[in-house]
Amino acid sequence: MKREVAIISVGATRFGEHWDKGIKDLAWEAGVKAVEEAGISGRDIQYIVFGNMSGGMFEGQEHVGALVADFLGLNPVPAARVEAACASGSVAFFHGYMAVASGMYDLVAVGGVEKMTDVESSRATEILAAAMDYEWEAYFGNTFPGVYALMATRYMHEYGLKPETLAKVAVKNHHHGSMNPMAHFRNRITVEDVLSSPVVAYPLRRNDCCPVSDGAACVILAPLEEARKYTDTPIKVEAVAQASDTLSLLERRDICTLDATVQAAEKAFAKAKLTRKDVDLVEVHDCFTIAEILALEDLGFCPKGEAQKLYEEGETYVGGKLPVNTDGGLKAGGHAVGATGVKQIIEIVKQLRGEAENGRQVDGAEVGLAHNVGGSGATAVVTILSRR
Amino acid sequence: MSASDVPRHWRSMKERYRLLGTYCENCKSNFFPPRKICPKCRRKGRIKQIEFSGRGKVFSYTVVNVGSKAFEKYAPYVIGLIELEEGPRVISQIVDCKPEDVYIGMEVEACFRKLFEQGDSGIISYGFKFRPVDDSWVEYYKKLLADRKMKVLQSTG
Repeated sequence: MKREVAIISVGATRFGEHWDKGIKDLAWEAGVKAVEEAGISGRDIQYIVFGNMSGGMFEGQEHVGALVADFLGLNPVPAARVEAACASGSVAFFHGYMAVASGMYDLVAVGGVEKMTDVESSRATEILAAAMDYEWEAYFGNTFPGVYALMATRYMHEYGLKPETLAKVAVKNHHHGSMNPMAHFRNRITVEDVLSSPVVAYPLRRNDCCPVSDGAACVILAPLEEARKYTDTPIKVEAVAQASDTLSLLERRDICTLDATVQAAEKAFAKAKLTRKDVDLVEVHDCFTIAEILALEDLGFCPKGEAQKLYEEGETYVGGKLPVNTDGGLKAGGHAVGATGVKQIIEIVKQLRGEAENGRQVDGAEVGLAHNVGGSGATAVVTILSRR
Repeated sequence: MSASDVPRHWRSMKERYRLLGTYCENCKSNFFPPRKICPKCRRKGRIKQIEFSGRGKVFSYTVVNVGSKAFEKYAPYVIGLIELEEGPRVISQIVDCKPEDVYIGMEVEACFRKLFEQGDSGIISYGFKFRPVDDSWVEYYKKLLADRKMKVLQSTG
């Protein structure tokens, strides 16, 4: 049995610093919003699967699948937490999609949650470094920003990318984030602001890096043929594709290319029977500014080395040729690691429904793509959604 | 973290201290870190151990200003992605020079150093770092030996 799948409802917390909320509270808020929007009872949900990178290290809490199901009052519904570092949310989505597509379940809640702000920043750096190959990268003193910095230094060397152009990625994402009430940062910044912020890992500065955020996101999936029972605007899941690569940079074919992104994108476009030209907007994984540049090339929207032109020409703003990260991305929208993949999908859903706030709605958007990366590219997930 | 928290197998990892990798006799590829199976040849591969010379060139680098907890006090420090002369790449610190002196293509060699102290117990973790290739000491000793009319018995390269 193989069925088409649709997203029938969404719900999320704001991404940011939620001092008064833990994993359970955040998951509860996102889950209740999604269930209410679908007009169903929580009891109708047959399976819960969500992404959470490290409840264990951030909060000392593992076994969060059952924890969340119980707190939502949904026992004995089966619940699972999946982990793929910053791609945990999308991998959860992939699993929820398989559960509905296969015919196993009809109503599945897919989510993501992360509580990150209860630890000091050096501890957060250490926890996030666990997304890399600990033995061969973190053990020698490298950090997560350090890995992307290695890519950035090489990319600048090979393709002549300037720090000013890199800064424009952050400036654009803050511009979009300023119009998104759910974003972590809503301030606008300038290229000068980026270039004068402190260096975290040369050549990346503080404003090249996304923040650590608390947050949760949830979507509810149903078979496409039944979706109109729940909503007038079902969003069809055209494709979800996931690929793996080495955890460390050491053995990558090319450190300026995320091969897992390339593979996942090829699979997703083939499955969806769509081309790059059909895509009206993209949400890409901009944990660092350089990551957004690499993503547009690896997804096939432009040849290697040429994404910088899109930023020079301002084509990635809403209204440009290819609007990128219309919710502010990870940089301004925030990055609650386990929830980010689902948050990106929610942004595409809002855009396809025409529900994004004034100024950041892409007119007549019909097809959107979300791209979520775990670690420095060991996991990549590409999801294509449409209004059809 | 206490002494018992240090995974025991890490302490017996020779490759962490001596740049031991593997090569596949079937496809002649070198690998670092060591592998149990050749990803190219799969079960047709024949994996053997190899010790790399420790010489290489900087392929990319960064200067880490914000380290994770164990490395916080050493910042800023240089992290390099180093391409060994035998092909594989390693990530390691580049020391014995100023951060601003590091460049892509710079020749470096491995050296054995302290990396960090583990948690409150302070167990010292060792491993390799890389430093700029400096042959001046070889010339110095050659000259010293020549002055004393002694022969250089073995190459120090």
